[in-house]
Amino acid sequence: MDYMTIDGIKVPIEGEKNILSLIRKAGIDIPTFCYHSDLSIYGACRMCMVEDDRGKMFASCSEQPRAGMVIHTNTKKLQQYRKLIIELLLSSHCRDCTTCTKNGMCELQSLAYRVGVHAVRFENRKEELPIDMSSNCIVRDPNKCILCGDCVRTCSEIQGVGAIDFVHRGSKMQISPAFGKNICDTDCVGCGQCAVVCPTAAISIRTNVTEVWDAIENPDIRVVAQIAPAVRVAVGDKFNLPKGENAMGKLVKALRIMGFDEVYDTNFGADLTVTEEAREFAERLESGEKLPMFTSCCPGWVKFCENKYPEFAENVSTCRSPMSMFSPVIKEYFAERDAKEGKQTYVVAIMPCTAKKDEILRPDNHTNGRKDTDIVITTQEVIRMIRQVGIKFETLESEACDTPFSMASGGASIFGITGGVTEAVLRHLSPDKDHAALESIKYSGIRGKEGFKEATVSLDGRQIRIGVVHGLKNASDLLENIKAGKAEYDFVEVMACRRGCILGGGQPVPMGPTTRTARTNGIYQVDQLSSIRYTDENPFLAKVWEDIIAGREHELLHRAMD
Amino acid sequence: MNRLASREDLVLARKQSEERIAGMKCRILVCAGTGCLAGGSQKIYERLCELCGSDPDAQIVFGEGAACADIHTDVEKSGCHGFCEMGPLVRIEPYNFLYIKVKPEDCDEIYNTTILGGKPVERLLYTMNGVTYPAQEDIPFYAKQKRLVLKNCGHIGAEHIEEAFAFDGYKALEKVLFTMTPEEVIDVIYDSNLRGRGGGGFQTGYKWKQVARQSEPVKYVVCNGDEGDPGAFMDRSVMEGDPHKMIEGILIAAYAVGAQEGYIYVRAEYPLAVSRLKIAIAQAEEAGLIGDNILGTDFSFKLHINKGAGAFVCGEGSALTASIEGERGMPRTKPPRTVEQGLFGKPTVLNNVETYANVPMIILNGSEWYRSIGPENSPGTKAFAVTGSINNTGLIEVPMGTTLREIIYDIGGGIKGGRKFKAVQIGGPSGGCLIESDLDLPLDFDSLKAKGAMIGSGGLVIMDEDTCMVEVARFFMNFTQNESCGKCVPCREGTMRMLEILEDIVNGRGTMEQLDLLEELGNAISDTALCGLGKSAALPVLSTLRVFRDEYEEHVRDRKCRTGTCKALSSYVIDPKLCRGCSKCARNCPVDAISGELKSPYEIDQSKCIKCGTCKANCPFGAVLCS
Repeated sequence: MDYMTIDGIKVPIEGEKNILSLIRKAGIDIPTFCYHSDLSIYGACRMCMVEDDRGKMFASCSEQPRAGMVIHTNTKKLQQYRKLIIELLLSSHCRDCTTCTKNGMCELQSLAYRVGVHAVRFENRKEELPIDMSSNCIVRDPNKCILCGDCVRTCSEIQGVGAIDFVHRGSKMQISPAFGKNICDTDCVGCGQCAVVCPTAAISIRTNVTEVWDAIENPDIRVVAQIAPAVRVAVGDKFNLPKGENAMGKLVKALRIMGFDEVYDTNFGADLTVTEEAREFAERLESGEKLPMFTSCCPGWVKFCENKYPEFAENVSTCRSPMSMFSPVIKEYFAERDAKEGKQTYVVAIMPCTAKKDEILRPDNHTNGRKDTDIVITTQEVIRMIRQVGIKFETLESEACDTPFSMASGGASIFGITGGVTEAVLRHLSPDKDHAALESIKYSGIRGKEGFKEATVSLDGRQIRIGVVHGLKNASDLLENIKAGKAEYDFVEVMACRRGCILGGGQPVPMGPTTRTARTNGIYQVDQLSSIRYTDENPFLAKVWEDIIAGREHELLHRAMD
Repeated sequence: MNRLASREDLVLARKQSEERIAGMKCRILVCAGTGCLAGGSQKIYERLCELCGSDPDAQIVFGEGAACADIHTDVEKSGCHGFCEMGPLVRIEPYNFLYIKVKPEDCDEIYNTTILGGKPVERLLYTMNGVTYPAQEDIPFYAKQKRLVLKNCGHIGAEHIEEAFAFDGYKALEKVLFTMTPEEVIDVIYDSNLRGRGGGGFQTGYKWKQVARQSEPVKYVVCNGDEGDPGAFMDRSVMEGDPHKMIEGILIAAYAVGAQEGYIYVRAEYPLAVSRLKIAIAQAEEAGLIGDNILGTDFSFKLHINKGAGAFVCGEGSALTASIEGERGMPRTKPPRTVEQGLFGKPTVLNNVETYANVPMIILNGSEWYRSIGPENSPGTKAFAVTGSINNTGLIEVPMGTTLREIIYDIGGGIKGGRKFKAVQIGGPSGGCLIESDLDLPLDFDSLKAKGAMIGSGGLVIMDEDTCMVEVARFFMNFTQNESCGKCVPCREGTMRMLEILEDIVNGRGTMEQLDLLEELGNAISDTALCGLGKSAALPVLSTLRVFRDEYEEHVRDRKCRTGTCKALSSYVIDPKLCRGCSKCARNCPVDAISGELKSPYEIDQSKCIKCGTCKANCPFGAVLCS
């Protein structure tokens, strides 16, 4: 075993690609802005500089460990430089911390405190740049950008979108869409992964909290919440609950305290989707047309496909997403009562996703011109609302959702993770509904964190070729393979965010390895603890179908195709 | 040009070219470097063409493309002669007369006296200290130089490959392809200790060795012609004046490391170089010297030109390769190094123009010969572009190890107007300042490094006692900040903060604390920046701050600029004893800041004065003083 010495600690080299990883393994939390293990090495923030025993300084993120190396991470000089770098970043940074949306969660702010920058010796002479509010999903404030490039690399390397990049040189450098366009005029799909990696508030979630409070305040409005599957395993993050713990019951209670009239589970919507999408898939299999069929739950993916691969647009299932199927059903459910009581039902969708904010504005998701989901707020926003009210979330007692949309299958709950939609659909299509069938689907190869998964399952004596991808770059690669004739599928599930909705753009950050694993386990636990695992066993579903949906499937559950 | 399919074909082509030139009665070389063109050499060329047009035995070599007056006269195109201060220049062979400051109206006399009569036009010859120098080679500016890389610049036509053939062009390639293995080529370059002329001074042979041993079959050879230092034009002169020498060097490098394809990265601001290179590559392709099975051997090579869009930072290796790939020109972290993963992720030899131009002569004359020139650790010659306050500005080439004193006083002819030497900025915008006590320092990679300066690509800006060093530092910092790619924090933000401080100082708003802050920032940037540009960005400030701290302090403490350069710190006053009250100053003042009555002393209203200096320039009695 090779070793190197870090601050006097002998550290074994076990295949680490850079010295930074070894330093962190040694238990030293060296700060960085631009290093993310998932992204290519950029080396711009210079915070991870270290000094070797000959006094040579280099960035530890880009240096390979060599046996016998001796390095120091906290010499006086290094400490001084780190402090100066933060000071330099602050020197051209908007310093209105108290009113910043990232106040208290900003990495620049916390590092400034950590390394002891108590004054900035330079005045900010930088010209103020306009804020880009053009997107329904995110807000770009270049005055808060520290140009670490994390968003640029995420957008191009993970998502294959490349909506933003660096423009101009020197101190005039900015991150911007090409030709200074607004972000809404680019191929941006609104996934919000740029906001996830942004250390400051240079890219943040477009918040709609005010609209929700306004609706709650209005006595003529029936405020109905629906909570997406991935929200429950993340919302507790900011209230000291164990990572990945299912906090659905507490969230339901909190929403009731805040004044929501009805609280429902989007998982019910997912059961609708499973039913309808399985039917559509069976039809396509039968006719052999528009195969492979791509899933349509993820608005980031749907938009990506339209933008970059319009030739595959008709392969995407015409089913609306669970949220967008559920909302019209809710509105139909209350239609009569609304008319009688002179009220208006207002659906607030609590989502792990920023792209959902755009999905609800798409006319093809409207029913006869009616906007079904009125507003989308993300997990992060609902956390902010809970804090605004002062609810001690962690001490709340759990409550169940309101009937009849309270019960859902385990299959619906795993929509929040990559492979989940496929798994639920396969369960639905499976003729056997026993434990063995569940296990065989579980181990067919569709679970797991690999970006690109393939499986073949047998259905009615037919071999169904399945592809599961998450991260749009992976989706792009898969589509290229199909185009090149290198791969053939019948059914493809795509989630824009890696690992699926549990790491969606609206989820609380940071989302490091521990969080990822905890949320994954959390989601699967929801499934395992469900009293019903198969969609077709949901007793409320049949009733709702019969009362509301029957005969109106295309109007309520599908995107309007022209 | 027929395709040269074998070694014999090349030898024959060379012989024919040599014979053709030897058969000329005379060759007239009209310099068409940027300086001489600006001085009107185009007209001189045209007039000489008219005069010589009917003479089939006269050949006129010129830097610009122009049609020949007569089909029998072979009109060639050449590059810069280097003696820019004395331009426009005309050289006439075989007499080697060099005529300086030639005007179009001198052409008739040149034609009658020299071309027809074989005698020099005395009044056009260079004279120094009463001595007239008819032959170019005897002029002190040239006599003290050792022109190896620039040997053919200005002496051959750069748009005909036959011209190159006549002056040993592709002779080294021939030797390499037919008598040497790639390993032997690398060994010769390695033994010669040729060090990169782009500024880094990295050992070329070692670089080639590293690329050659990579197992990846696809390799690239890239030539860095992104010469961006203000005032530097060494590489430009080679590309414009002798492109085949550099191309030959690239071919030899490709053969040595096993590369199949290469790129020349040239700044788009060098249109003449681009067009010359295009012609040269096209002719070399036609001649079968670039392409498949070169001279009938197994060696094949493709060469492309890539135009840079004007970013200084693209001279940095990884930014340059990124730019060729179509990416934003930004340096990346290393490792992996360019020799392992360079252009398109493949092992890449990246050298600059001058380095490649050194290669053919090392191959022809051997490594021992090369090492005999200059000091042991920095052998060979180096081209410098000499500008600023010096009598003979221009392009020179001297053996490494030549002292600054020799360059400035012997070759450069001393400081302009007999003023006192103050400093020399060496190594471009991110180089350092050397002063009087450094004049006897031998110019080589290691001696300069020890002084906190660097040779860089070879720009020398000479400054005299009238130069404000704070303003110089501000100027270079402004350049570096504008050209910073913006990637790493220290360079992007740090250089901007330094520039702001320097602007404060020259505008009379500086504080003593800011001087310390400058130093702190400078050291931090040098230690933490990502690439070479950033690491050296603060050098001009740090070196001037070290040597001329008193000048900085004067600006801050006394609000005084001793040279009067910093306008904000100077004020114009009228000496009432000298003023005769003529009112000329008041009449010329653009802002009506001067008032008074005729025949009595005038006064300047300081609150209105914009310090333009018009009054001082116009006063017939020297009564306006600047303090």
